[in-house]
Amino acid sequence: MRRATPAHPFRSEEPGYDSPVAATESTRLDARTLRRDFPIFEQEIHGKPLAFLDSAASSQKPRQMLEAMTRFYETSYANVHRGVYELAERATEALEHAREQVRAFLNAPEAREVIFVRNATEAINLVAYAWGLSNLGPGDLVVVTELEHHSNFVPWQFIAGKRGARLEMLRLDDHGELDLSGLDAVAARGRVKVVATNLVSNALGTVNPVDRLVAWAHAQDAIFVCDAAQAAPHMKLDVQALGVDFLALSGHKMCGPSGVGALWGRAELLAAMDPFMTGGHMISSVRLDRTTWGELPHKFEAGTAPMAEAVGLGAAIDYLNAVNLDAIAAYEHELAAYALGRLAEIPGVELYGPPAERRAGIVSFNVDGIHPHDVAQILDMQGVAIRAGHHCCQPLMHRLGVAATNRASFYLYTIPEEIDQLVEGLHTVRKVFA
Amino acid sequence: MTDSGFEQMYREVILDHYKNPRGHGILDPADAAADGQNPLCGDEVSIYVAFADDGETIDEVKFSGRGCAISQAATSMLTEMVQGRTATDVATMDKDELLEEIGIPLTPVRLKCAVLGLTTLKVALHKAKGTPLPEGLAGFDELELS
Repeated sequence: MRRATPAHPFRSEEPGYDSPVAATESTRLDARTLRRDFPIFEQEIHGKPLAFLDSAASSQKPRQMLEAMTRFYETSYANVHRGVYELAERATEALEHAREQVRAFLNAPEAREVIFVRNATEAINLVAYAWGLSNLGPGDLVVVTELEHHSNFVPWQFIAGKRGARLEMLRLDDHGELDLSGLDAVAARGRVKVVATNLVSNALGTVNPVDRLVAWAHAQDAIFVCDAAQAAPHMKLDVQALGVDFLALSGHKMCGPSGVGALWGRAELLAAMDPFMTGGHMISSVRLDRTTWGELPHKFEAGTAPMAEAVGLGAAIDYLNAVNLDAIAAYEHELAAYALGRLAEIPGVELYGPPAERRAGIVSFNVDGIHPHDVAQILDMQGVAIRAGHHCCQPLMHRLGVAATNRASFYLYTIPEEIDQLVEGLHTVRKVFA
Repeated sequence: MTDSGFEQMYREVILDHYKNPRGHGILDPADAAADGQNPLCGDEVSIYVAFADDGETIDEVKFSGRGCAISQAATSMLTEMVQGRTATDVATMDKDELLEEIGIPLTPVRLKCAVLGLTTLKVALHKAKGTPLPEGLAGFDELELS
């Protein structure tokens, strides 16, 4: 599990000519070739080629990641830490290597600031409980936005409620972008202690102006919690450049396995916090009357870690780096622009969200007042998988004045033909309901 | 596109009930009423019942709501099915009776859409009669409509 350089996923295996030192190489990705890394596409659905347009819910998995997990189970598996035998040492090394890969992926200062959790939801709950319960009180404000996934909304609503603090919501303008003109009015209503927003909206794809929100949060002496679950698969992240205090991501949305995610937090904040969950591994000493906590990151990693999943997440990071995150972001913008154009051709389609250049590969829409579940059902029979519903964003659905939307989302393996298949499918939907 | 799965599910009778729902509207006052919601897809149904003079026979059923074709068509079909039957009979009606009438293959997710109207109607009848809600329906009427 040492840092073997992964085979470049879309270049020939021939040595010599494809050395990564060619810094001027084009970063354009080749989705058609990358797609062959994903075994899921080797099948038909209802007799049709699979058009998988639901990557924002969860991405598909490249062989390279699956093989890294299998290799770990087959050659290096044992419980980590404390074991004094060879396999336990290998497993520990693999887990800590994965932690280092996440650190590098986020350009975080220290690996001990990276906490392995189940997913971004758990990461945000960790901060809401472990920081919020000790630091929030009456008169304090927690500021979220109308664009939040329930995972970055409900934990804050719950903990603020427990502590007598108030939840404030930043509104959206009519283009699905945050209206920052209300910030000062919010600050006038109390002590802002937490600002928690996503970097990329899972429902509309909006890329949010986190830099301005971070500056505002810090001007209020508040901490900034960044939900990067939808941003991590899409764009290069740098916690130092972003200036955030906490950042949460989910492995399964970025070509990694389900069951693992990461929280990054500033060491001084994490060190001052109480633990979130207690139990094995997270302790320093346990006596009948008192337990002391372990060092970072162990204090926040009670119980047996998701070891193989962390190894898988590390392999997914290697894969994304090899493809190149700038290329992924550019390609997603391109697909979003193509999809927005094609969908606009269909009579009765209503599109939500910002222009393509300010969104990731996510397009939310409605068709002729037909309920999204009917749309998605008819599309499924044509091999097209999209998501229909509230996307865990009920406050946003209220803002848009709809019960639900259809959402098509794209990733590095999406090809334009899949978007064409969606458009054809939508014509059929309209015929059925004509 | 002939004989595809969606054409079975969205067969003519379903689309007809969806586009021309029977019993659409509200009764005010109503002898029995309840609101139902399927939080998974946001389907909403409100059901209103008027009893005949015997206070037991269902004289009229109306519903209002919004949601997918399956939930709205199934509720429309239900209003026709229960007309003239007794409250006790309908409150214990097996869901298969409705599903047979709908007559289309349903995945587990869509099954919830299909039985939303029936569940809401049962809650309305139990509330009106003061009988305890059967297991599985407890708490149903506490759902808030969005």
